[in-house]
Amino acid sequence: MTAQGTPRTLTREFVEGLSVEKGEPPWMRAHRERCFAVFEKAPLPRFGPSLAELDFSDLAYYARPVDPVTRWEDLPDEIRRTFQALRLPEAEQKALAGLGAQVDSEVVYRSLLDEVRAQGVIFASMDQAVRDYPWIQDYFMKAIPPEDNKFAALHGAVWSGGTFIWVPPGVEVAIPLQAYYRMQTEAVGQFEHTLIVAEPGSSVHYIEGCSAPRFARSALHSGMVEIFAKEGARVRFTTVQNWSKNVYNLNNKRALAHAEAAVDWVSGSLGSRVTMLYPTTVLLGPGARTENLAFTFAQDGMWLDSGGRALHRAPDTTSRLVSRSVVQGSGKSVFRGTVHVSSLAKGSKAHVECSTLLLTPDAKTETIPILNAETDDVELGHEATVGRVSEEKLFYLMSRGLSQAQAMSLIVNGFVSPILKEIPLEYAIELKGILEMSFERAIG
Amino acid sequence: MPVLAVEDLHVSVGGTPVLRGVTLSLAPGRVHALMGPNGSGKSTLAFTLAGGPGYAVTGGRVSLDGEDLLALAPFERARKGLFLAFQYPPEIEGVSLREFLRLACAERGQGFCEFQKSYPQAVSRLRMEAFDGRELNVGFSGGEKKRAELLQLYLLKPKVALLDEPDSGVDVDALRLIAGAIRDLAAGGAAVLIITHYPRILDHVPPSDVFVLDGGRIVERGGPELAQRIGEEGFEAVRG
Repeated sequence: MTAQGTPRTLTREFVEGLSVEKGEPPWMRAHRERCFAVFEKAPLPRFGPSLAELDFSDLAYYARPVDPVTRWEDLPDEIRRTFQALRLPEAEQKALAGLGAQVDSEVVYRSLLDEVRAQGVIFASMDQAVRDYPWIQDYFMKAIPPEDNKFAALHGAVWSGGTFIWVPPGVEVAIPLQAYYRMQTEAVGQFEHTLIVAEPGSSVHYIEGCSAPRFARSALHSGMVEIFAKEGARVRFTTVQNWSKNVYNLNNKRALAHAEAAVDWVSGSLGSRVTMLYPTTVLLGPGARTENLAFTFAQDGMWLDSGGRALHRAPDTTSRLVSRSVVQGSGKSVFRGTVHVSSLAKGSKAHVECSTLLLTPDAKTETIPILNAETDDVELGHEATVGRVSEEKLFYLMSRGLSQAQAMSLIVNGFVSPILKEIPLEYAIELKGILEMSFERAIG
Repeated sequence: MPVLAVEDLHVSVGGTPVLRGVTLSLAPGRVHALMGPNGSGKSTLAFTLAGGPGYAVTGGRVSLDGEDLLALAPFERARKGLFLAFQYPPEIEGVSLREFLRLACAERGQGFCEFQKSYPQAVSRLRMEAFDGRELNVGFSGGEKKRAELLQLYLLKPKVALLDEPDSGVDVDALRLIAGAIRDLAAGGAAVLIITHYPRILDHVPPSDVFVLDGGRIVERGGPELAQRIGEEGFEAVRG
């Protein structure tokens, strides 16, 4: 099991073996088995991009190319150089309270500032947490059950790695915690599980970054994020993914926000062949609020299918969903924004805003908003725009001495700036760099 | 010696001839006026010189400092010192006025330190302190956009400044500011061409040379007295 080669088809025996190998408590083993049974029966999603080329019988469901360490210098050279190129050790020193780094199926590096540890914050690998804290079973896949969809079930059967965060009541973690996910092996599946429990009155900002080198065969990333924000807690979850173009990125993310809690999802999606991602917040308690700020950059050959859902289940809850998409080459971006306001959620407000900028004639986009309210006492707003870069604006900037690539990059950066300014600086710079590089290529 | 020379220029827009043989030249340090009724082709001339999309040159030549201007891309023309102040500048969302100007000045060869000094000076000259930190032209009133164009002109220090209706939609105070900035520019050695169908601004910036465009041709040329006459008698007075 710990060797690199693992069975490439998924069986019940493999799932059981994985649980045994990880030394898990019986409840988790039973959970994996239940998820596997659901996975086998569940159909593929009936909407969105085709997953026909994703071969479930040609994936390494578990891969452990590296042993865990607590010092960067103990990592194998290749991995260490990769993390250095991604400037993780630097970010850890300058701007983070804690950092976890995962390669394929296992967390290989983890750190937490002493003062944050002293506040009682738990920041652990998910595997370790499952062994150490039996009470986790009250949360694990309670926000997203396996019956939700095929990939939730698959995830529940084979999950490995990821992060567990517990923030004690009233504790504010002043600087962000971060995890970095790297897929290093060809045709691997990465299934990390992230669980954040923010006790009443606490706050935390968690950042995850993702990347992979490009391989010929398809790889699958199917992570799951569950956030439990209790009364008055604030959780911000930032994801920046730059997966290579052979990666299917099919994730489940859901938060439960209790009274007066605030959950923010911020995401930058720049990579993958196919992404399906719809972070969801269930506003369970009065006064709960959520924001979902998303930037997607669908480049040639990519289909980024994303958006978000806000489910208002209590009075005076607020949601705001803002998306900016840029589409290039033959890329496609689809935005699905769902707001559902139940009859209990009187006095709630929801706003959905989606703007798309098409850079090329072949670029495609679709906007699918679904706004439903079971009460009249609600404010719902929706705006959607699709446009191309205006020739007039390009000419205006060029008439001031900017080249076409400079002018284009200024216009596109300006277009995405409402989201970009919410993304931590190091990532925002990387995102800008990726945008600019692609214009230079496109314009020549 | 003219800095910009236009010779027998013919231009079509969407297949329709708009300019039918325009010849004029602009000299450094002088203010020129291009007048003409609506639809006479004034803005077409300005956009053609700046390299605007959709303006097809079907004949004639233009040289900037002796070099073939029409062979250059729009940004190359700008880098060689041509500037067009737009009548209706577009709004560029998410791009700060200052950031944009820093980038544009860098392309004109101005270093960061120079910009750090010249920017606040230009801002205070045009009384645009309140615009600092705002996005380029976004939510600006008509008059504010005109001042922002002048601010760019001031900082980019072009050799040739084409100003398309710089006074339309501005109040008297802003007009004085704009006129003052245009005089400064010419005093600094730039060749200035004010394009207008209404002589009001010319009372504040007296031109040395006046060209009257009508039906795609220059129908009259003269000194300041020509602008005066049009102001009193209208374009009918000069129509051939």
